Amino acid sequence: MIHKHKPEVLVTGAGGSLAQYVINELKKDYHVVLVDFRRRVQMDEGMSSYRVEYSKRGFEDIFRKHKIEAVIHLGRMGLYESTHRNRYNHNVLGTQRLLDLAHKYAVKKVVVLSTYYVYGASPYNPALLTEEAPLKASELTMDLVDSVELENLANIYLWKYPELNITILRPCNIAGPGVLNSLSLLLSSKMAPVLMGFSPMMQFIHVEDAAHAIVLAFKQNKPGIYNVATDDWVSYQEAATQCGCRRMPIPSIPEGLPRMISKRMNWKGWPAYLVNYYKYPVIIDGGLFNKTFGFKPQRSLDDIFSYYREKKEMGIL
Amino acid sequence: MSVRTFLKNLLVSSETEAAVDKIPKPVGSFGYDPWGYNTEVVKIAMSVMRPIYEDYFRVEAFGLEHIPEKGRLLIIANHSGQLPFDGSLVSYAMATNPHNPRAIRVMVERWFPTIPFVGNLFNEMGAVLGDPINCAKMLRNDEAIIVFPEGVRGSGKTWDKRYKLQRFGLGFMHLAITENTPIIPVGIVGCEETMPTPFHLKRLARLFGMPYFPVTTPIPLPAKVRLYFGEPMTFAGPITGEDDVAVKVEQVKDEINKLIQRGLQERSGWFE
Repeated sequence: MIHKHKPEVLVTGAGGSLAQYVINELKKDYHVVLVDFRRRVQMDEGMSSYRVEYSKRGFEDIFRKHKIEAVIHLGRMGLYESTHRNRYNHNVLGTQRLLDLAHKYAVKKVVVLSTYYVYGASPYNPALLTEEAPLKASELTMDLVDSVELENLANIYLWKYPELNITILRPCNIAGPGVLNSLSLLLSSKMAPVLMGFSPMMQFIHVEDAAHAIVLAFKQNKPGIYNVATDDWVSYQEAATQCGCRRMPIPSIPEGLPRMISKRMNWKGWPAYLVNYYKYPVIIDGGLFNKTFGFKPQRSLDDIFSYYREKKEMGIL
Repeated sequence: MSVRTFLKNLLVSSETEAAVDKIPKPVGSFGYDPWGYNTEVVKIAMSVMRPIYEDYFRVEAFGLEHIPEKGRLLIIANHSGQLPFDGSLVSYAMATNPHNPRAIRVMVERWFPTIPFVGNLFNEMGAVLGDPINCAKMLRNDEAIIVFPEGVRGSGKTWDKRYKLQRFGLGFMHLAITENTPIIPVGIVGCEETMPTPFHLKRLARLFGMPYFPVTTPIPLPAKVRLYFGEPMTFAGPITGEDDVAVKVEQVKDEINKLIQRGLQERSGWFE
């Protein structure tokens, strides 16, 4: 079997669009082991694929069966997918198990996908937040605790087990074909709720560029924490309009009203606990990543927005 | 048609459009920078400011040739006039500078971003949250920032304290030294007379959570405003202590005072 000669890389969350791009970039040089907790992912012939929960005993069998040399951990339960308790169990405790197994089976490299949400949306945020900025997301809502805890956990392992070579990536909003995060759901919809009087600056990265950034971090192996963002910015309302969404004004005062409306309407793309991110900016500085890994995004904001706009015009979204 | 497009078509002349396009300000593909500055909104704001600057306050600006074409810059000026007109007038003067037009950033109080519409509009016009990290990052981005080190002590001055510089904060000097940034001192003459204020109503100010509540004219008076831009001042580090910083701040304060005195001598009356 050809794959025996290639180093084996475990990719979690293999069913997601981002993972698919990552796997496609890696498959030539690596034997990719696909893991997803939702379904068994079918990709190219010869690839090993498993449907398994990270916290279950069976997960260790994958490490027993394969000589995993590196892990790319993209598999996270999305913000709208379940309760915050389930997300905590899956994202935090599941990641802990993954890192324990990585240590036990002498994995040499781990890339963990985090999110810019960990910085929290606050009116007092300066722009171009660097990696040292405090993580204030859990101040805002219990629903983002798992994101911050996952980071803290990865940080502890990064310090405690340097031989794991952990790289933590905090990308801005990932969008584009196949992406199913809450913002992508919002941009795919015909109506986009907007808070009256607020249109915070936002950053977007095309899923292909995000995947390439992950592959660069994996291949170059320079452990640490990095923001991943493009050097282009746009206001939320402008982005929604560019994606062909009709803006739906939501009263911004009193403060609790937009959250109440979101909960009542059960908007997955504009969930109550993310309302602050549509009110105040969280602009991150991706300079360190760009410099360290020589990263330069290839897709423009217009490429991202035109994808949503054109699909809507064609009646696909 | 969006409100922005409508206002732009209604208000922005080809001259203003060309003037803003001449300003070397790096922005992203949709005309924004990371702090929310937007080229199209600046064009609208400048169109609104133009009659206020040219016809109402009949502003005269001197020393604009001292503004460098590019690079980080701190504009340090005296503050007065109850409302922040002085910041807008300095911004307009620098944006339309025939020598080297520059986009200027104004630092705003921390509660501004929480006010619907206002916070956003201010950001789009170039104002940013008055935060030392923000300020340092902007300087590293080669922006020009205006700072009024007197803060509300200056803008809220009563009539008896006019043209008497109040205590300067030291923060701008720390930034100038650590970020290796030249300072342009600016003396503003005329804004003190736009809203003469004999006294404040302190209880009302406390009630509304405002820094001061002036008893003054209902609208600003059309006093003639003169802006005096001084020569660049540079200060080298390292910082040996707060006393050292305070001495350097006094040098800037003295320079601003000289520019103000020059303006007071050169004018023949409030409205002349």
